[in-house]
Amino acid sequence: MAGYRILDPEGNLLDGARPRLDLEGTVEGLRWMLLSRAFDARATAMHRQGRFGTYSPVRGQEASVVGSSMALDPGLDWIAPSYRELPALIRHGMPLERAFAGYLGKGKAARIPDEVRLLPNQVALATQLQHAVGLAWGLALQRKPGVVMAYCGDGASSEGDFHEACNLAGVKRVPVVFVLVNNQWAISTPRSVQSAGELYRRAEGYGFPGVQVDGNDLLAVYEVAKEAVDRARAGEGPTLIECLTHRQSFHNTTDNPRLYLPEGWLEQAEREDPIRRVEAYLAARGVWDESVRAAVEAEIAEQIEGALEAALALPAAGPADLFDEVYADPPERLRRQREELLGQVGD
Amino acid sequence: MASFTMVEAIRDALAYEMERDERVMVLGLDVGRLGGVFRVTYGLLERFGPDRVVDMPLAEGAILGSSLGLALSGLVPVPEIQFLGFTHQAFHQIGPQLARYRFRSRGRYHCQVTIRAPFGGGVRTPEFHPDAIEAQFVQTPGIKVVCPATPADARGLLLTAIRDPDPVLFIEPQRLYRRGREEVPEGDATVPFGRLRIARPGSDLTLIAWSAAVELCLRAAERLEEEGISAGVLDLRTLVPLDVAGLVAEVSRTGRAVVVHEAPLSAGFGAEIAATLQEECFYSLDAPVARVTAWDSPYPTGPLETWYLPTVERVVRTARRTAAT
Repeated sequence: MAGYRILDPEGNLLDGARPRLDLEGTVEGLRWMLLSRAFDARATAMHRQGRFGTYSPVRGQEASVVGSSMALDPGLDWIAPSYRELPALIRHGMPLERAFAGYLGKGKAARIPDEVRLLPNQVALATQLQHAVGLAWGLALQRKPGVVMAYCGDGASSEGDFHEACNLAGVKRVPVVFVLVNNQWAISTPRSVQSAGELYRRAEGYGFPGVQVDGNDLLAVYEVAKEAVDRARAGEGPTLIECLTHRQSFHNTTDNPRLYLPEGWLEQAEREDPIRRVEAYLAARGVWDESVRAAVEAEIAEQIEGALEAALALPAAGPADLFDEVYADPPERLRRQREELLGQVGD
Repeated sequence: MASFTMVEAIRDALAYEMERDERVMVLGLDVGRLGGVFRVTYGLLERFGPDRVVDMPLAEGAILGSSLGLALSGLVPVPEIQFLGFTHQAFHQIGPQLARYRFRSRGRYHCQVTIRAPFGGGVRTPEFHPDAIEAQFVQTPGIKVVCPATPADARGLLLTAIRDPDPVLFIEPQRLYRRGREEVPEGDATVPFGRLRIARPGSDLTLIAWSAAVELCLRAAERLEEEGISAGVLDLRTLVPLDVAGLVAEVSRTGRAVVVHEAPLSAGFGAEIAATLQEECFYSLDAPVARVTAWDSPYPTGPLETWYLPTVERVVRTARRTAAT
């Protein structure tokens, strides 16, 4: 594992490295990473209790997701997520309780607020890349500001939509940043099965830059993403960023990686943990220690429990939700079906 | 005979065919080392090796498009698409390609390919995973559509599918994968296409279903019996080919039919059955053919599926009305 790096796995600054993210920003990033990990734990526990739907943890990939999204201005820029980017969505303005509401099956209550520039989670792999390209293209055509950051994984990079989206993005030089979070696994399928070549190098064929970055290095991911966002904003076109990282936990709550992970793989991944790395970096600069961590974690725990409580108090999904928002103007037949069901089961 | 769940029955059919015919191979996402996300192909990699049980790059189009080519080369691929809803990502390789290759080449080529895919609701899967889109494939002539409802049928129909010279879409109800065991005939016990199964005899009306909806209809029939209504249940087994004679014989006898499916109402396969019955046995019908289906809205996530899917309650209510007409 390599790629562009600012911190070594122990959190030491590499010789001559000058991080673009200042200490305050780094602490903020670490806080998002810790929030993400706490959310993972809570959501997984809720799934085990049968109260949450399927959940895909971010664990291990926090630096890739947080570092990249911190390069965005939520007031201008857009995110087209896959389904494993929770901290990016929250930082971008998705309220935490609405994220929880989604996993509670309260679809209506989980609606993305109108002012938040965020597309819905996408489980049909790589399809969102095409949408991101169209969105970025449309913004540029209308001289609207804003860069679109689109996420996908190493598995999704094998889909036809990946190629089509990158190709069009290059042709139209649209303000899009593709963040390919290469966590080495597509459920049980290892990275080596996906492609015989390096993923970031594909960008060359599409006519725009591709960068490979150590996805466990918050500072490096931020720097590379910031550069890509600045280029896109300046009208210089797309970038493909490949973040080399690890999926430290399961594909989702129905998966059991013990059936296929090679012995020692997880331990190696944990040794390169992105949170530990940035903590060591901050500790060496005197702005992080056990007591600061404990205080931040307590604050996050309170934030998460508060959001979960708020989500639990939101209205539950009801049968009418099946029919609302299928069309702006529902066909008569669908209206009749709605009445039929509500007549049978009530609101 | 062996006692199998549906997962075990399908696995046994795959192993049996791979043992019998060395051209047969399995390919898909996570089918090798993991043995499939539902463990259907568990153990096949160890038994048949990585050239015949292949973990593929994550690309549905590549899985099915290359299956077509593998078939042209003389092999017999049995690709798995992880969930039927993800065939959308490869539909351009099914409807316009696999299904039409024989026709386009005027018989010079054919595609001996069986696409396996789980589908159906009731297990709280994420978006697209439960979508019942089988009728879309009925609209692409050239491919057969097979939808077993029991372990024995799953094994027997899969043997027939793999041996069929033409492409077959073999869809598996995830809700019934491990629902129960039954005695399953071993060896060469194929089940022919185009012969429906009378899952339960009945004299007052006929419930018509396939895949997981058969089990729903059986439960509804028990409830109806308590009310003094004798409801038979037909399991179509295959939508293409459709057993028109079998349908007509049964429905002519009872004069009343209710079709039940998990797909939305409009242009669902229930419409095809209703139209066929009125064409073939209009004068034997004592009541309009009724349908109990999902609504004309996208398959929802989470607890909403409880209200989306047909329920025993809805089947009973509609059957009662049909019986009283």
